[in-house]
Amino acid sequence: MDPVPGEPAGAPQGAPAGLGTDLGPLLNRAARGDKAAFADLYDATASRVHGLALRVVRDPAQAEEVTQEVYLEVWRQASRYDAARGSALAWLMTITHRKAVDRVRSAEAATRRDLAYEQTNRTVEHDTTAEAAHAGLEARRVRAAMAQLTDVQREAIELAYFGGYSHTEVAALLDLPVGTAKTRIRDGLIRLRDTIGVGR
Amino acid sequence: MTDHDHALSGAYAVDALDADERARFEAHLTTCADCRAEVDSLREAAALLGADDVVAPPPSLRDDILAGIDRIRPLPPVTGTVTPLRRRHRLPLLMSAAAAVVLLLGVGLAWLRPWHDEQPARLTAAERILAAPDATRLEKSFPDGSRATVVLSRSEGKALIRTKAMALAPAGKAYELWLQTPAGVMEPAGLMPDQPDTTYVLKGDATDATGIGITVEPDGGSPQPTSAPIALFALDS
Repeated sequence: MDPVPGEPAGAPQGAPAGLGTDLGPLLNRAARGDKAAFADLYDATASRVHGLALRVVRDPAQAEEVTQEVYLEVWRQASRYDAARGSALAWLMTITHRKAVDRVRSAEAATRRDLAYEQTNRTVEHDTTAEAAHAGLEARRVRAAMAQLTDVQREAIELAYFGGYSHTEVAALLDLPVGTAKTRIRDGLIRLRDTIGVGR
Repeated sequence: MTDHDHALSGAYAVDALDADERARFEAHLTTCADCRAEVDSLREAAALLGADDVVAPPPSLRDDILAGIDRIRPLPPVTGTVTPLRRRHRLPLLMSAAAAVVLLLGVGLAWLRPWHDEQPARLTAAERILAAPDATRLEKSFPDGSRATVVLSRSEGKALIRTKAMALAPAGKAYELWLQTPAGVMEPAGLMPDQPDTTYVLKGDATDATGIGITVEPDGGSPQPTSAPIALFALDS
């Protein structure tokens, strides 16, 4: 595979490859039982779904299970996707995140996880497809937007989203008064949303 | 609802609510268009947080998934307009009785058409239980990562069950719910919808129930359990 240029300068936002693909129509066709459309949807998004699952649950075998659960659910629920409420990617990532978090929380009942948040711990095998290149562009926008947040907002969002911690746990981890973390998470997400320019 | 509830939208959008808060906030969402819109927009932002995490799954997973969907029927779309619920705080007693009949009808209808996930009548029943001041919650996790939560309100005389990632019942079988009476008898309390994630209000009066059980029964259910429960929730009296 050709190496992906580090800086695909001048590449249009919403590049045709990977996540630039319009996913909504694929979902609609999948809802009608179109397996080819579902396979296209999988190919366009699997690295993102699996990447998030892996980041949250960390264990590769469990992340694969989560990824599988996500796509079986997507196949079943495709007709419930409502374009008026948001993008297909957000719908997909919402399902992924929910399943990943549910997985770590249920695992926690057996083995309480170490409350230390070790971001250094992640070893991801970055993939070098056009999808990754597109995601790279997007990732830079997100990083830039994250840099606009206060430290507490950023940490609270990362602990909640990637760590899978509840807002009460986030408050404890960040030594915030109970009830404050949820406000930081909300304020941070609103700022992020407005900086990136998604949603309403 | 109060500002307090609106403030949960961000935590909800990133799944940072515990099971109880999540259930309550979801009940709130059915009545609050502002919160729904805010949650939707925050999820758009949250969906991009993982933009750095791009990891291709092994190719075998693709084959497994494409083989797996052959066994799953896509759900039909939700048809008809689901009108937002109006909050009813305290109904006069007579109205409550009438509402209870409607609720039972609603549950029955939802039952005949289990794909209608969001039957307003069922949400209302669930909402009443969740919002009851004496609502108590019991949770069980299963080795396969699935989870079931029972919420009981003795004042409402009702209980509901929520499942997460529950494996579907084997072909020809169904999960049947039971309310255990103080005499130790298992009364049938309905069949769980055949969905991994579901909320179901148990049939029957839970006012004096001492336990809630789940068994695997032949499709259509049994008048009494024919197998050992796969889960049993002991209820404090």
